[in-house]
Amino acid sequence: MSSPAAPAARPAPPSTACDAADAVAVAVSPTEGSSPPSSPSARTTGTARRAAGRARAALTSASLGLGGLALLVLSVGAAVTLGPAEVSLVNVRDVVLNHLADAQIPVRVSEDAIVWQERLPRALVAAACGAGLGLCGAIMQSLLRNPLADPYVLGVSSGASTGAVAVGVLGLGGVGLGLSGGAFLGALVAFALVLALSRLAGGGHDRVVLAGVAGTQLFSALTSLIVFAVADSHETRGVMFWLLGSLEGVRWDDVALSAGVVALGTLICLRSAHALDAFAFGDEIAASLGLSVRKVRLGLLLLTALMTATLVSVAGAIGFVGLVLPHAARLLVGPRHVRLIPTTAVLGAIFMVWVDAGSRVAFAPTPLPAGVGTALIGVPVFVALLARRRRRA
Amino acid sequence: MSLHAESVSWSRGGALIVDGVTLHPTPGATVGLLGPNGSGKSSLLRLMQGVMRPSSGVVRLDDDELGSVPRRRLARRVAVVGQHADTDMDIRVEDVVRLGRIPHRGAWGGDPTADAAAVAEALEQTGLVEKADRLWHTLSGGERQRAQIARALAQQPDELLLDEPTNHLDIRHQLELLTLVTRLPVTSVVALHDLNLAAMYCDHLVVLRDGAVVAGGDPHEVLTPELIAEVYGVAAEVRHDAARRRVVVSFDPTAALPAVGG
Repeated sequence: MSSPAAPAARPAPPSTACDAADAVAVAVSPTEGSSPPSSPSARTTGTARRAAGRARAALTSASLGLGGLALLVLSVGAAVTLGPAEVSLVNVRDVVLNHLADAQIPVRVSEDAIVWQERLPRALVAAACGAGLGLCGAIMQSLLRNPLADPYVLGVSSGASTGAVAVGVLGLGGVGLGLSGGAFLGALVAFALVLALSRLAGGGHDRVVLAGVAGTQLFSALTSLIVFAVADSHETRGVMFWLLGSLEGVRWDDVALSAGVVALGTLICLRSAHALDAFAFGDEIAASLGLSVRKVRLGLLLLTALMTATLVSVAGAIGFVGLVLPHAARLLVGPRHVRLIPTTAVLGAIFMVWVDAGSRVAFAPTPLPAGVGTALIGVPVFVALLARRRRRA
Repeated sequence: MSLHAESVSWSRGGALIVDGVTLHPTPGATVGLLGPNGSGKSSLLRLMQGVMRPSSGVVRLDDDELGSVPRRRLARRVAVVGQHADTDMDIRVEDVVRLGRIPHRGAWGGDPTADAAAVAEALEQTGLVEKADRLWHTLSGGERQRAQIARALAQQPDELLLDEPTNHLDIRHQLELLTLVTRLPVTSVVALHDLNLAAMYCDHLVVLRDGAVVAGGDPHEVLTPELIAEVYGVAAEVRHDAARRRVVVSFDPTAALPAVGG
């Protein structure tokens, strides 16, 4: 399968092949004189090669970053042209210029409404969702040391849905809490429950996914229960929104909320990139590298809960974006978070913009829930990751 | 004076795990911690790396109590290598080693030149220059432990704490690893199970039983049949190979004594 998470090509066969080379590297007897670990010429070429490699890598990452951003802007523009009403890329540009730069280019009123009121905010929220959920996945995969972790798999999205539904449908918490506040509380409760459950089940890295499955089922059931119990046909239709996600009818204040929170999250993640790297070999080594493991973990997991909750309150529980995108980004730029974080954000945004555009036009005029597309792509990747994990164990 | 423990004790659930241990490693020396399973070796190392606080006594770095030393500063002085490290990430050896530079980063970044130099030196000291671009998963067990030591060296510590670093290695890699450790220009405290390896590689041995020090000194003074019988509950013959300045312990399986406590 040529999914984005298929294992990277390995430069050499595993383990035993290295042993012969080992023998040269370190002298065995402690009583004999020291032998240099490697020949000087090999060392020089190695250093030179690595320096050249670093320069090349810096150039590549710069061009990759710019290319990615350009691709994202183009994707948003192209996605806005798609749909039942014909709008060209030039129209899109004109409408945007009119609104942002007061360019006063003549466009039809209907085009202006379709682009500015409907499709553009929708594409931007999609981009924010893709970027934010991708970042959440990257953080969770690093901190929980589990490549299968993401807000949806771990039940955080379901918990946020339940919280939002409890506020929106049942009216819990009164006016003060709001959908986003309810979603945040729900996300926190779900996350805490799943982590406690995984500890109860033995605390291994695999347990957290099992606990997440239980959490997802529980909170999905609670969400459905609340919606059906209140049983107003309009709200019953809403259950699909909370379980599968949808970007129908988002407005500019949704754009501001989701983009704002995701931008903040991206900045915090970038500042924490090295801390996230430090978790690669577990808590003990992270602590020995000078990290306040508990503080960093708590802070960053709260950040994922906040981002997930915001995005769920705007777009419902969209699954598997957080799972798939960090792996795709790792295949492109490797596991170091300095590069992984921005790559995941940009890639996630592009991915989600196209998935949403696809769900809009695939069965037009009936829109497909956004989570259907992401799950259709995400589940095979999830299976591939599981299989790969088994091979390594 | 660097890193030292002064009569530290630590208990868990009412049981005394470390019992009044004092440890003053000589700078640059390799100190071996011996003792049966559950004798408190790992706990002592964890006290010395500051992840646990002693219930009495004090671990000091120079003149400062360990608890008052900021974590990041501590990580620039004391590095830790465990029995076995693993990751799910497809991480390259060089990037593993670069993790050791994290404690040297300021709030807004590190010094790329110093980082590159420290990483290159650590790779060279551990003989991993050629393997810098290899992925972690393609390394043998011995190479993985060497990569972890390289990561620890990139921290540029004065002290290296190793908790049974040879546990999962075959004999060749055990010898390689300990040769490497003794040659490093740092003070090493290494918990070991194998008495012969300890005798071969350590300048100084400390033997623990039930959390307390029962013997300490040069390997040839410490490793006696009486002590081995007392601490491990096995009969052993100890030969002193004067020509190679080495102590050789051989065990008598037929004369295993009844198990002692712990």
